[in-house]
Amino acid sequence: MKIKLLKEEIESASIHHLQRISGEDLKKCYQCGNCSGGCPVSYEMEIAPSQVMRFLQLGKIEEVMKANSMWVCVGCLQCYSRCPKGCSVAAVLEGLRQTVLRKGEDFEKISKIPMQFLKNAPQQAIVCGFRKFVS
Amino acid sequence: MKIPYYPGCTLNTFAKSFDESARDAASAIGFEMAELKQWNCCGATFPLTPDNLIALSAPAKVLSNAGKEGDTLTTLCSVCYNVLKRTNKVLRDNREKRATINGFIEEEYDGSVNVLHFLEVLRDKVGFDKVKAAVKRPLAGIKTGAYYGCMLLRPFEDMGIDNAERPTVFENLLKALGAEPVEFPNRIECCGAHLAMNNEEVVTKLSGNVMTSAVGSGAELIVTSCPLCQYNLEKSQDKVVSSTPGYTGVPVIYFTQALGLALGQPIESLGFEKNVTDVMPLLKKKGIV
Repeated sequence: MKIKLLKEEIESASIHHLQRISGEDLKKCYQCGNCSGGCPVSYEMEIAPSQVMRFLQLGKIEEVMKANSMWVCVGCLQCYSRCPKGCSVAAVLEGLRQTVLRKGEDFEKISKIPMQFLKNAPQQAIVCGFRKFVS
Repeated sequence: MKIPYYPGCTLNTFAKSFDESARDAASAIGFEMAELKQWNCCGATFPLTPDNLIALSAPAKVLSNAGKEGDTLTTLCSVCYNVLKRTNKVLRDNREKRATINGFIEEEYDGSVNVLHFLEVLRDKVGFDKVKAAVKRPLAGIKTGAYYGCMLLRPFEDMGIDNAERPTVFENLLKALGAEPVEFPNRIECCGAHLAMNNEEVVTKLSGNVMTSAVGSGAELIVTSCPLCQYNLEKSQDKVVSSTPGYTGVPVIYFTQALGLALGQPIESLGFEKNVTDVMPLLKKKGIV
């Protein structure tokens, strides 16, 4: 696969914004893959955690935004716990989610959440789900 | 000894048996969990983006209320513990953020409260020896898998309750109760957490991995410290049984129910009837009841 790297993409405003709100320096990642290995949901992600970091290092934020990875991340911090460079992919993915949610775009429509779930699930699941999926 | 206690929203309703069994166990051991006079939901998730100060205001309010009632705060739910402890660290160590958050919630809180999980209270304030001495109904012969999940342990530098990869606090408590702790590979892996809202398949897979991993290592019982872990494991049970050859299910209870059981509390006070999987056949088989 051939990709075209552009300085404007690598140093784009969206990449700077993501680094600022997530508090993470994307360049620290040296692609050891520990995060993808430890992540309990990487099998479900269209772009695995270590690949997310690589895409972003290369300025390919649009590709990452299109993938399901940020919505599948459970925030368990196994990636951060096992990263030899102290990067938190979970924080980067939360930064991407926040980029969407802060524009007022919901990932889950509250009206579509099954009533059975709202009635039977522990409150913490509902509150946490709203925080992760609803603006 | 009287310790200020934050139940959190889930223990006040959905996980009442977690709350009540802990309070009764504390009384049996000789200390009181004194519920905060005023408290609110902690927000159920610590914001992973450090600029998201608004999400810290709810837990900051809880901590500020706790500060008016003592220098320590204990909680049972792993998520509440994670959110409160991490927020407290931000308030203690970051002057600028502290000023902003205090200004918003109209309080003057400095981060001086010591946030302890109930497990830490038992280990460090009471001592597992004293817990052991209070045991009246040892859980002898029950091979028990302690399921830590994520929020109790990670991130290590903020939580610090135990080693994040090889924790022992839970197993040591189980030993004090007379049970046989079983270390299993998935004991620190995620149950699927809030994906319960929109991705049942992932939750069933992850929770199933936890339960089959425990049973594969010999566990006959799993104990949890988080109502969401408890819910996800229990809710996945039937689907995992039908999709996993050889797996017939495993009872999942809160660790405080196991504690109350060992301390000789009346069985009917432990709330086992609220658990999805019935633990009674196992207890009868082991001659405990």
